[in-house]
Amino acid sequence: MLKDITLGQYFPGNSFLHRQDPRMKIIASILYIVAVFLCKNLFSFLFITLFTVALVLLSRIPMKVILKGVKPLLFILIFTTVYNVFFYQGEHLLADLKIVKIYFEGVMFALLMAVRIVCLLVGSSVILTYTTSPIMLTDGLERLLSPLRKIHVPVHEFAMMMTIALRFIPTLIEETDKIMNAQKARGSDLSSGGLIRRAKALIPILIPLFVSAFRRANDLAVAMECRCYRGGNGRTRMTQLRLHAIDWTMLFTVLLCGGAVVIINLYSPGFSV
Amino acid sequence: MAQPLISVRDLTFSYAGEDRQEGVEGDAPAVLKGISLDVEKGSFVCILGRNGSGKSTLAKLLNMILTPTSGKIFIKGKDVTDPAMTEDDMFEVRRSIGMVFQNPDNQLVATIVEEDVAFGPENLGVPPEEIRKRVDGALAAVGMTEYARHSPHQLSGGQKQRVAIAGIIAMLPDCIIFDESTAMLDPQGRREVMNTIQALNREKGITVLHITHNMDEATLADRVLVIDGGELVLDGTPRQVFSSVRRLRTVGLDVPQVTELFSLLREEGFDLPGDVLSEEEGADLLSRYLKENEKSQ
Repeated sequence: MLKDITLGQYFPGNSFLHRQDPRMKIIASILYIVAVFLCKNLFSFLFITLFTVALVLLSRIPMKVILKGVKPLLFILIFTTVYNVFFYQGEHLLADLKIVKIYFEGVMFALLMAVRIVCLLVGSSVILTYTTSPIMLTDGLERLLSPLRKIHVPVHEFAMMMTIALRFIPTLIEETDKIMNAQKARGSDLSSGGLIRRAKALIPILIPLFVSAFRRANDLAVAMECRCYRGGNGRTRMTQLRLHAIDWTMLFTVLLCGGAVVIINLYSPGFSV
Repeated sequence: MAQPLISVRDLTFSYAGEDRQEGVEGDAPAVLKGISLDVEKGSFVCILGRNGSGKSTLAKLLNMILTPTSGKIFIKGKDVTDPAMTEDDMFEVRRSIGMVFQNPDNQLVATIVEEDVAFGPENLGVPPEEIRKRVDGALAAVGMTEYARHSPHQLSGGQKQRVAIAGIIAMLPDCIIFDESTAMLDPQGRREVMNTIQALNREKGITVLHITHNMDEATLADRVLVIDGGELVLDGTPRQVFSSVRRLRTVGLDVPQVTELFSLLREEGFDLPGDVLSEEEGADLLSRYLKENEKSQ
């Protein structure tokens, strides 16, 4: 059962978005988020929605996966929408329910906020998390942040920690499974009783897991020393990330999108947030 | 005679002051008590000894993970216990004396096989194109080329261990120490790894120091060292070492079953050699012996 846990949200594929340089994707996703926040009125929101849909189509990730990703947000989405509909004070009264008044602006605002949240989530995950493997992501982050080394930010060390964590997650999951089975075989009851009882039942699983994780960490440290590991200084990399012309298209497209949003905001009429 | 690759003189070591390590039992402070030995370039040496005999400690001393309490270690003629050793010298020693450990899971760093093999050369600051070549070469040498893009947790124990070996080969070492690298594997994985080790020794001329509990693996070596209680008790070819069945027993080791059978027969007064190692050899000798006896009767 524990094996079903997937690492991150990466959805393997070979689309245009998958092949983009991770550094560009990180920057592009930040720009995209800025663009979403820049949206002010119905038309710019319409535009950003179309742009997001285009990204989803480009990534060739099935709709099912995307919708599954939005599902955890459903509660927040409904909550903010209801809240905005009932408590936003505007000029055009739509309905008076005695306790609360519903305004046209409130409905619009609620709608646009919902679109903004969904766009934020879907767009950034399509640009970044769905289409970039965790390794590429770490690699991209390390290289993108490497100028920070000059001010003594341990960029390489963070990236190494991420890599090792990613490497050992499946190993530790397997181990947890084994320990759980071993404790079950000894008669420990993991799935009944109240919250406190269940939490207590986890102790005999967590303690061996921690002990073994520390042992592994010690072994790994010695093995890394044997392989001449000495931090990021003087280290080279086998895979070099090179920026090709095509890697810039992504960035420019998102930049253009942001520009378009600003222009639409300025020149289109109607309700604005 | 050419200079030995590894030369150890009166080496002693105790964990006093050091962090106590696993696998070291008892309170005896001295783990190694004055060991001296030479390892020739290109040889295949097996180190035998029961748990806590100090064999893993010896291995960690050789590539400078631990520092000896007293005594000297020379690697390629260079005194590595010299206080004037710089950090770069130390990394050069670790590069030339590679080490493969027991648990295959705990020595792979990266999430992709080829990235892991590249880890060593990357640390050494090798240029990227050269790393690529070395990684491809190392994976080919252990027969794992087709798994280059796999994730380590998709591999079997033997395969993981071969990836770990490839990671060491990519650093172009002179010698590889295998610290019970076959102990956690199933027979299939053990065979894979032993075949790889033998091929590296024969074809690439890499010196092999193989620490093991498995007597059958020790018969494949050119030379067997037996360590007990921190001292070198036996040193010779597998034949010489295994013929001292009684001596091996006292240090808590078994001998291969055939060797044991022949030594029992000798004790019963049969005129048979005491240094038989393989089952085929033993069967041949027995059938010949029986035929000769028939004739003489």
